[in-house]
Amino acid sequence: MSLEILTFSFMHRALISGVTIAILCSVVGLFLVLRRYSLFGDAIAHSSFGGIALGLLAGIYPLWTAYAVSIASALVITKIKDKYNISGDASIAVLLSSGIAVGLVIIGLSGGFTIDIFSFLFGSILLVSVDDTVLVLALTGAILIVILLLYRQLLYSTFNEEQAKVSGVPVEKINYLIVFMAGITVVTSIQLVGVLLISALFVIPNVTAIMYGKGFKQTAIISMSFSVFSVVVGILVSYVFDITPAGTIVLIAIGLLAGTMGIKSAGLLSKN
Amino acid sequence: MLKVVEINNLTVQYPDVKALDDVSLVVNQGDFLGIIGPNGAGKSTLFASMLGLNTKYKGTIKFFDEDIKKSKNYLKELGYVPQKPIFEKNFPVTVTDVVRMGLRKESDENKIDEILQQLWIHELRDRRIGELSGGQQQRVFIAKALVNNPKILILDEPVTGIDQQSIDLFYSILRELNSKQKITIIWSSHDLDAVNKLANHVACLNRTLFFHGESETFFSDDELVKQYSEASMQEHMHHH
Ligand SMILES: Nc1ncnc2c1ncn2[C@@H]1O[C@H](COP(=O)(O)OP(=O)(O)O)[C@@H](O)[C@H]1O
Ligand SMILES: [Mg+2]
Repeated sequence: MSLEILTFSFMHRALISGVTIAILCSVVGLFLVLRRYSLFGDAIAHSSFGGIALGLLAGIYPLWTAYAVSIASALVITKIKDKYNISGDASIAVLLSSGIAVGLVIIGLSGGFTIDIFSFLFGSILLVSVDDTVLVLALTGAILIVILLLYRQLLYSTFNEEQAKVSGVPVEKINYLIVFMAGITVVTSIQLVGVLLISALFVIPNVTAIMYGKGFKQTAIISMSFSVFSVVVGILVSYVFDITPAGTIVLIAIGLLAGTMGIKSAGLLSKN
Repeated sequence: MLKVVEINNLTVQYPDVKALDDVSLVVNQGDFLGIIGPNGAGKSTLFASMLGLNTKYKGTIKFFDEDIKKSKNYLKELGYVPQKPIFEKNFPVTVTDVVRMGLRKESDENKIDEILQQLWIHELRDRRIGELSGGQQQRVFIAKALVNNPKILILDEPVTGIDQQSIDLFYSILRELNSKQKITIIWSSHDLDAVNKLANHVACLNRTLFFHGESETFFSDDELVKQYSEASMQEHMHHH
């Protein structure tokens, strides 16, 4: 592999925003995975499809409408789920299908547009602009600060809601905060891996990291490392071989998971 | 004597069943209260109401003379060990992580080590919670409940499904907490013998409060014990 590719400025932007998104997705995803909410990222991503279509139709920058629609629908579905006692997986299915449905209907109404939708579906990390990179950095910084500040409350209410409540944690607010952060994270990450593969970054590095049998912070760090590794190697390899970055990134993450399962069944990791 | 808890005419009506009916109860500072009652007697419901987890009740609950609907400050003085702590078996937290969750002030980190030593789980501190035995897990949850130096400890049937050796250790820990550290303990159980050995006050609950007073009074009165046993057996058969 020629090192020349590391001198291209589009490659710098891709790597910087890629690494940032990798860290963000693995941290936010860890909370979702532990809440048995693994597919929530996917559902938000699908509802952002509706948001993107709306933006394209209305002539607004699609990313903004995607943020608005995704976050709003994620919060609404959470409210409905709590109020009517709908199970987590069913509410995810509702969110997921309604997002796609809205998108499809809007595309139909507008007579169809293809190119922009395609890049949102599969990601366009090599086309990331300076503005996009700055936005990714700023949002990630903000979310990580919130997570560090509310670390105990976030972990405690994920571990056991009832006990957290008794310890004075405002569990409901924390739940909405996680949903809100997940919404921002998903829409921000769409540029990297696209709508279709978004939940892979949320889930796979975390499932892998949890197998190492460590405590919470170490698990989060292991997950981040795997996530960053997958994204960096995925971007470089896909560029060199001219294949899709999104698919390559996810395949590398799956390779790490498979490797970890191999190590584990060989008895090299503590059982739990 | 300082009143820690005062419950007046507490009634809890679930859609299908009246779980508590006009229960009134006072707990004083330093009491070691055993609440006995068969399955379905309303013990967990009583605790859920006291802890603010169930807010749909009639009557009043006061902690330190303050209605819990007005102020949640009492929660700071309280440690709670649930009947069955529910968590994913693979949840990536160590014993230290779990105890730290209970800690309100992060500056008190060394309190964690202290409490782990006191409960004989110090050597387990870096193990995942899901890898431990039931008895060890339970001590971890007690450690979590104790890490803020609570004045009151509430335990809901804490020995269900735990081996005898752990139960004995657990009881000696409770006794010490009450006698040496003067922690008020409210503890539910369906084990009459254990309550007889440990508690200095007894409350017999079976939807209504059947008896409440010093444990000597209760256990020295064979007629009372017999009545209680019969009442709870009947209730038990209803449920099966
Ligand atoms: N959340 C709830 N909703 C409806 N019924 C409940 C609920 N919790 C408990 N019950 C019912 O209330 C009664 C008392 O239950 P509980 O307080 O758990 O008793 P215990 O802890 O003494 O076994 C039981 O009949 C139980 O089925
Ligand atoms: Mg119970």
